[in-house]
Amino acid sequence: MSTLALPYLSRPRWRRPLPGFGLSLGLGMAWLGAVVLLPLAALTFRATGLGLDGWLRALKDPRVQSALKVSFGTAFVAALVALFAGALVAWVLVRYRFPGRRLLDALVDLPFALPTAVAGIALTAIYAPTGWIGRYLEPLGIQVAYQPAGIVIALVFIGLPFAVRTVQPILESLGHEQEQAAASLGASRLTTLRRVVLPELLPALLTGFSLAFARALGEYGSVIFIAGNKPFQTEIAPLLITIRLEEYDYNGAIALAALMLAASFACLLAINLIPLAFRHERRSRRDG
Amino acid sequence: MADAHAGHGLETPPWLRRLLIGAAALVMGLLVVLPLLMVLLSAFGKGFATWWNALTTPDAIAALKLTLFTAAIVIPVNAVFGVFAAWSLTRFEFRGKRALLALVDLPFAVSPVVAGLCLVLLFGSQGWFADFLREHQVKILFARPGIVLATLFITFPFVVRELVPLMQQQGSEEEVVARSLGANAWTMFFRVTLPNIKWGLLYGVLLCGARAMGEFGAVSVVSGHIRGLTNTLPLHIEILYNEFDSTGAFAVSSLLAGLALVTLVLKFWLESRHSDGLASHRRHA
Repeated sequence: MSTLALPYLSRPRWRRPLPGFGLSLGLGMAWLGAVVLLPLAALTFRATGLGLDGWLRALKDPRVQSALKVSFGTAFVAALVALFAGALVAWVLVRYRFPGRRLLDALVDLPFALPTAVAGIALTAIYAPTGWIGRYLEPLGIQVAYQPAGIVIALVFIGLPFAVRTVQPILESLGHEQEQAAASLGASRLTTLRRVVLPELLPALLTGFSLAFARALGEYGSVIFIAGNKPFQTEIAPLLITIRLEEYDYNGAIALAALMLAASFACLLAINLIPLAFRHERRSRRDG
Repeated sequence: MADAHAGHGLETPPWLRRLLIGAAALVMGLLVVLPLLMVLLSAFGKGFATWWNALTTPDAIAALKLTLFTAAIVIPVNAVFGVFAAWSLTRFEFRGKRALLALVDLPFAVSPVVAGLCLVLLFGSQGWFADFLREHQVKILFARPGIVLATLFITFPFVVRELVPLMQQQGSEEEVVARSLGANAWTMFFRVTLPNIKWGLLYGVLLCGARAMGEFGAVSVVSGHIRGLTNTLPLHIEILYNEFDSTGAFAVSSLLAGLALVTLVLKFWLESRHSDGLASHRRHA
């Protein structure tokens, strides 16, 4: 076919019926690059520049180690608690009709909409030894505020919407047929739940957990008020980054931040891989 | 009270149903409603006048202005670029698209403090752009541009995340028809695309705005906490709280809590009235 026979303009239009590919991709990439990737590249670059020595020095610091332990430990516990609480709330919202259900549904998003600093001082005031809940826990010898338990409470607050909102749509889309079949075959409610509902829900539960964990790991605003921030006890890694920065210990801050960034990448990877992994498994189960 | 599955032979025994609903309500009450009550009661506990005085100190007004200023830049920028990005991600096939979609989610997973540190490494005194900034006498860190950039990073995904599934769902047929009828690119966009995505766009903007005005961690790292100059409302709360002015801190908090409630109401309204115009299986933030 001779190219001369075709008008110049009609060729790209035939290939791509819609306009603006170059412009939109270009602007989108430039924006992503300038706002997100460039700053992250700066951190990655500086982190690789630390060398083995710098990394070892940073990681051997017992204060860094304990901050990482506190951060990962509390985030893990909080994500787990948020998952159970979130699954319960999602189940109730999807399966039952009761007065106030819509209000309860709307309130699920409050932790997401409420600025973290506001949540932080409110939770601290509630769980402080003189607070609404703290005063009843105090005589029992339970301290929440300024303890790791306080950090967990703040992180559960932050993680709850993620757990509910990932489980809820899956529960909604779950048909009753299989449950009915199981029930008619004589399975008890508990067995049905364990053998029929839970496997269907598992990918959503794992995704919800990863989302809550990722958010909890990086959370700063709501935690620093309730944590008390005692080094080696209730100091979280993001706070230690800001402290190192204020001390002009850039390398210390960079090493710790790079570690946290790597953990974020791992979480993001998990969140993206979970559905793929389960799609494969489900297909093979059906085929096999 | 009725079981959503009544008649399926799957009814939960009433006592168990009541127990589960009660447990869920308790969880939400203790974890979510109580903090909100705490903010409102503490803010107004010493009377309306005290509340008003805390909000009208010069520092609080300056912080409010800076917060609104930041949101006024961040929201439109995110909306415009978000639409462009969503257009390229949903209307064309190209290599690396999946990777790009995953990268959009990055700011959700990265700690705000890490984001702030990244900006320090770019624009700080030892940063990549330090010499350039010094030469041209531009101040980014500990000044407004730094706060805007940090907020842009944090709020980056909201509009795109809402628009991409929505535009995928809607497909491009109407736009192709508009083009084949001779509409030029901008006519097609303003007459077909924009009306189709307006509710989704509004939804994304809403979440973006709420987050922009409430962001604490990233802004805290880059702001330098200069009173009356680089303090946003959330940072002002921290200062008041650390000075043991808890009434003042809760008064300012009540302003942001009010904003959160308005966001929730608007979100609820969009979801119940315009659910057709929103992405159906939205992954929450």
